[in-house]
Amino acid sequence: MSGHESTYVPKTGVEKWLDTRLPIVRFGADYLALPTPKNLNYWYTFGAILSICLVVQIVTGIFLAMHYQPNTEMAFASVERIMRDVNGGWLIRYVHQTGASMFFIAVYIHMLRGLYYGSYKAPREMIWILGCLIFFLMIATAFLGYVLPWGQMSYWGAEVITNLIGAIPLIGEPVLIWLRGGPAIDNATLNRFFSLHYLLPFVIFGVVVLHLWALHTAGQNNPVGILIPKERVAKDTVPFHPYYTVKDGFALILFLILFSIFVFFMPHALGHPDNYIPANPLVTPPHIVPEWYLLPFYAILRAIPDKFGGVVAMFAAIGVLFVLPWLDTSKVRSMRYRPTAKIFYAIFVVNAFVLGWCGAMLPDAPVVPGMPSFTLFDGELNSYLWLTRLSTLYYFAFFLVILPYLGLKEVPLKIPASISEPVLKGPDAMTAAAPAAPEKKG
Amino acid sequence: MAESVVNPDGTPEGEATRRDFIHIAAGAAAVGAGVMAAWPLINSMNPAADTLALSTVEFDTSKVAGGQQIVITWQGKPVFIRNRTAAELQRINAEANVGSPPEADSARVKAGHEATLVVLGNCTHLGCIPTFGTGDYGGWFCPCHGSHYDASGRIRKGPAPLNLIVPDYEYTAGSTIRIG
Amino acid sequence: MSLSLRKIAVAALAIAAISSPAFAAGEAKHPRSAGFSFEGPLGTFDQTQLQRGYKVYREVCSACHSMDLLSFRTLGERGGPFYDPSAPSAAENRFVRAIAAEAQIADIDTETGEPIMRPGIAADRFPSPWPNRTAGAAANGGAYPPDLSVMAKARKDGSNYIYSLLSGYVDPPVGLRVGAGQYYNPYMMGDMTPFWDGDPDKVPYGGFIAMPPVLSDGQVTYDDGTEATVDQMAKDVAAFITWASDPRAVERKQTGMGVLAFLAIFGGLTYASYRRIWKNVAH
Repeated sequence: MSGHESTYVPKTGVEKWLDTRLPIVRFGADYLALPTPKNLNYWYTFGAILSICLVVQIVTGIFLAMHYQPNTEMAFASVERIMRDVNGGWLIRYVHQTGASMFFIAVYIHMLRGLYYGSYKAPREMIWILGCLIFFLMIATAFLGYVLPWGQMSYWGAEVITNLIGAIPLIGEPVLIWLRGGPAIDNATLNRFFSLHYLLPFVIFGVVVLHLWALHTAGQNNPVGILIPKERVAKDTVPFHPYYTVKDGFALILFLILFSIFVFFMPHALGHPDNYIPANPLVTPPHIVPEWYLLPFYAILRAIPDKFGGVVAMFAAIGVLFVLPWLDTSKVRSMRYRPTAKIFYAIFVVNAFVLGWCGAMLPDAPVVPGMPSFTLFDGELNSYLWLTRLSTLYYFAFFLVILPYLGLKEVPLKIPASISEPVLKGPDAMTAAAPAAPEKKG
Repeated sequence: MAESVVNPDGTPEGEATRRDFIHIAAGAAAVGAGVMAAWPLINSMNPAADTLALSTVEFDTSKVAGGQQIVITWQGKPVFIRNRTAAELQRINAEANVGSPPEADSARVKAGHEATLVVLGNCTHLGCIPTFGTGDYGGWFCPCHGSHYDASGRIRKGPAPLNLIVPDYEYTAGSTIRIG
Repeated sequence: MSLSLRKIAVAALAIAAISSPAFAAGEAKHPRSAGFSFEGPLGTFDQTQLQRGYKVYREVCSACHSMDLLSFRTLGERGGPFYDPSAPSAAENRFVRAIAAEAQIADIDTETGEPIMRPGIAADRFPSPWPNRTAGAAANGGAYPPDLSVMAKARKDGSNYIYSLLSGYVDPPVGLRVGAGQYYNPYMMGDMTPFWDGDPDKVPYGGFIAMPPVLSDGQVTYDDGTEATVDQMAKDVAAFITWASDPRAVERKQTGMGVLAFLAIFGGLTYASYRRIWKNVAH
């Protein structure tokens, strides 16, 4: 499927003229005709969903920026004005706010899908690395955007996270002041955060283009995880359009239904009420928590007793994803055929939720209230502090120990010779024998 | 694949149209969704409720001395309120229907308040603000492209296509007007 | 497929659960449910309740609490307490004009430049009882009475919280040391452990609040004859503040119903189209 031949034939005179000068129609036509493995399941629709998420965030953001005032005196009121007085402003704002959460729901599913089916393995390392870069930029953009409404969580989130920079030995303090544009988070900080929050999505867009370019060069992975040999392309692939446009489209609608439920009926469910209290540099909220999608990383940050160590661990938690293609030693891509890895993967997913849960709790609070406990080093064993540490340990062990070691030791199941094979064993064997003939599309 | 008109289940060619319906309907719904999503975005650029709420302004015209004008703002635009002298009134009433469109001065003021002229202060050419009491006709002169208005705000010479616009206003009490 | 979607929904719910805040060692009592008419996906505001709630705010709360983000005209917008379908616009609504004219708004005289007070117009915002924040804090023992514009969104379960707090003052339990200028309220956030002399395992709920119990039976005379009990007034003003915090909430939910209906049809069509396109492909 990689480097597939262009089948586009310009028909009209205009198309021929354009094709020799700017082959943009050919580019689009080839994109739509791209041979795509026919066994992609619904987990594979999140790529398309994510691209829509990005477009939704950029478009709603552009319109919000027409009304938003990046000034500490006016920011909070301007966001409320958008929701009260601007025509349809409440919809645009709630879509943008909820959209950030939906974006992260989709990206986490997308990443876990890639992890499960080994989509990061050769020849797809660049797709994965670019994806990690997008994820990192998303975190940065979401953090910057969360500061803009200038509520209590905005302010104190910015305070706490920028203070992380101050943990860097020697250069930390001057860099911190440079980053904030002053000794404290203030108008200068808000203005630059707004500027960067507007800029970064376009950078993400650029990296997404590279991500897709790499994808179309190396070809789609698939749940069986095998490369499709040239002679089987006709049998094992279908053109992207109409097969996957309609499948992605259907999945997108289901996603939009979930999105709409949050936007229209519970727009505040994913946020924190404290962010509707205007920022007050003199009063800290009793419990500062980031938005849910950053909780696992926040938990890792707090797991380390040393300030700088915590920062390093948090960035390492993202950094380790970049080198994953070289950590997993298994030659088998899909965990469908890796029974042991599958179990560790399931624990990893549960562990990610545990980390998120820990990130939302106070470290000293007991995990099981009333259970007898004892002090281990600097905290009670029956506390979120120690649960967080155990969880953090598993997070890193999964990438740094389990995946490298398991690849050498695990005996995989027999891998089918083609992606049609598992299908042919099923009840549809007869129909599948006939070459794929789609209906005439509308 | 678009060329494929084969009906694998062997149905006659004509039935394809009926089965295409579902694809067309789904496609049409997608287009509809796009339009419906675009509307709130476009509409958000229209004036917001707080902007519209400030669309009226009240002013006591007795504050304008004879032969003078006061410029107030209404909806962010300048409004000339001019108290014209007897000489000016005589001059403009001598020429009945002039300007573009041709109008009598009486059509541009309220009965009982003939000396007071209320017009928007933007030249009808390209929006500059004409200067008071200058030009060939003793009204206003727009320095941008040389439009001459008389003391009734009627365009007499130059590129401006229309007379200075009289906004909707009414006298609420005595000499007080409400614009908008 | 349906299985995977169910998983997504479960994950989303789990995520929503995670985002709920954690409580410190001391906890506030869970707010009591007031059974508001605007709860649920189809709930709407009871306009007479909003009018009563406005009256409570105007006659009781507004002595200390500002509502900076509210404009008088908003009261007359669709869904608002004084919405009048016969008025050409919210600004020309006679109730709104009358309410606005009662207020004195600080302004600058356009001729002399002197600061003046003038009667309000529909476009004006609710005037603050304090010239500035420091003055408000100084007059209230250092605790600035918080602005109420978005109060229902700024607290967890905000509507019920406001109702419970206002109607929930009780005498402090024996063994709790209450400082001067402070009042005990079981629904207030806080940690009573340092002030508790009783059984350390039975630290009372709640926290200290600088606001005294302000509501008393019959304090407000309702125009519609409703008996002004503390419970009723707390409920009404909580409804008003909820409306004020998100005046577009009902419009939002009604739009949402339409959007969901459309997406259901759109989804059904797309699914049918998907099934037809994939009919002859084994996958």
